[in-house]
Amino acid sequence: MILLASSLTTPAIGTLFWSALIFGLFFLILTKFAWKPILNAVKARDELIKGSLESAEKAREEMLKWQSDNEAILRKAREEREGILKEAREVRDKLISEAKGKAAEEAEKLVEKARTGIEREKIKALSEIHEQVATLSVEIASKLLGEKLKQTGEQEKLIDNYLKEIDFNKN
Amino acid sequence: MKTKNLIGFFFFFLLAGTTIQAFGQEVEEKGEGKEKFKASTYILEHIADSHEWHILTKKNGESVAIYLPVIVFSKETGLNIFSSKRLAHGHEYKGFRLEEEGDLKGKIVLVNEEGHVDEENLPLDLSMTKTVVGMLSAAIIGLLLFLSLARSYKKTGISHPKGIQSFLEPIILFVRDDIAIPNIGKDKYEKFMPYLLTAFFFILINNIMGIVPFPPPFGANVTGNIAVTLVLALFTFFITQFNGNKAYWRHILATPGVPFWLLPIIIPVEIMGMFAKPFALMVRLFANITAGHIIVLSLVCIIFIFKSLAVAPVLVIFVIFMDCLELLVAFLQAYVFTLLSALFVSLAVKEHH
Repeated sequence: MILLASSLTTPAIGTLFWSALIFGLFFLILTKFAWKPILNAVKARDELIKGSLESAEKAREEMLKWQSDNEAILRKAREEREGILKEAREVRDKLISEAKGKAAEEAEKLVEKARTGIEREKIKALSEIHEQVATLSVEIASKLLGEKLKQTGEQEKLIDNYLKEIDFNKN
Repeated sequence: MKTKNLIGFFFFFLLAGTTIQAFGQEVEEKGEGKEKFKASTYILEHIADSHEWHILTKKNGESVAIYLPVIVFSKETGLNIFSSKRLAHGHEYKGFRLEEEGDLKGKIVLVNEEGHVDEENLPLDLSMTKTVVGMLSAAIIGLLLFLSLARSYKKTGISHPKGIQSFLEPIILFVRDDIAIPNIGKDKYEKFMPYLLTAFFFILINNIMGIVPFPPPFGANVTGNIAVTLVLALFTFFITQFNGNKAYWRHILATPGVPFWLLPIIIPVEIMGMFAKPFALMVRLFANITAGHIIVLSLVCIIFIFKSLAVAPVLVIFVIFMDCLELLVAFLQAYVFTLLSALFVSLAVKEHH
């Protein structure tokens, strides 16, 4: 056990020297020619992977944004179409109703015109009939009273008065 | 079902182990007279550093070994470099001798003309010992591995890992994502990554090479050598101190929130803490690896203590089990050393609020 204490647990100077030298050189050479390139390569790869993942995520987000944009545009278009259709319907209805109104008015006007025309013609016809009837009655009376009954103004007036009393509009 | 089996297995081992231990003690007590097999000497010789790499001892006592270079420096003789073969079996060379017994066992001493050993002035021994050669081999393997890895990164660029990359990159990322970043923080970890990676792989490669018993350069007890773990701990210590920020030093030298009359106690405690941390690093790695090797060697020794091959099958299973455990420990200790280094660094660079 003394041997254990002396030889095993006492660091030998030679071994210390060589350990420091070998480990130091090992450390320096590896740091310069191995660890730096290796760690840089690994880091570059890590960054590339990280960057790719990030850009993929960004692209996904952008796509989602586009999708929502598209939807908004579609919705807007649909609304616009709806609006346009509604407006068209309104215009149509308005046009139709306007046309209807105008037509009715025109018809009314025509009917009115016709009615006044008829009225006028009727009055004309009546006055003609008055005259005819007067002449006819004079003729009939002359025939009845004989040919000597003279056609005088007084007589004609008389007949006119009689005829006026007859209301044609009755019956 | 599986866990039940495992538990049964475990208790069987425990039982077998303890019985064998009891028998072993008896044999040791009875076995007198003949040259007794000394397990402790055998084990220590395998764990300790040496100037030669022993491979086997032939029946006639000759040993087959790789003789490593001895580099000694003393005021009288200057710098001497020669093969340790010249010092084998107690031979003297240029006045140097490798002591085989006593307190200075395993050390190179200078013998003067009268044949006396100057025990006060030992020559400076900078030999390439077994530990040094093992460590150097591990470093070379590590360099080859990681320089080729770096080259393959230059070739593949940022595409997915291929070949050796797919094996080593997860470990590198483990050190980065599970040791450096959680402890030191995202904005400061990069500066310390090279050290953490170097320490992790240096310890790991040496640990694994230490478990493999044969052939050289495998089987050297590098991370179970206190000088090696001391150097590793010192690296962590200096890196921590040199990177310590204002808050770290204020915490040590003028601990905030402590009554002034307590400072004479607190400051020495804090300064001790500065050194206790790397000391713990040093001892933890050394003790874990050495203990593992001692257990494996002890199990092997049981065969020699019994002088019987009958116990070998059980012990082989036991040793395999221990080796699996050692493999786990090899990773675990590399991880723990790196983790604690990162933690100590983080204490020095953290912004206190």
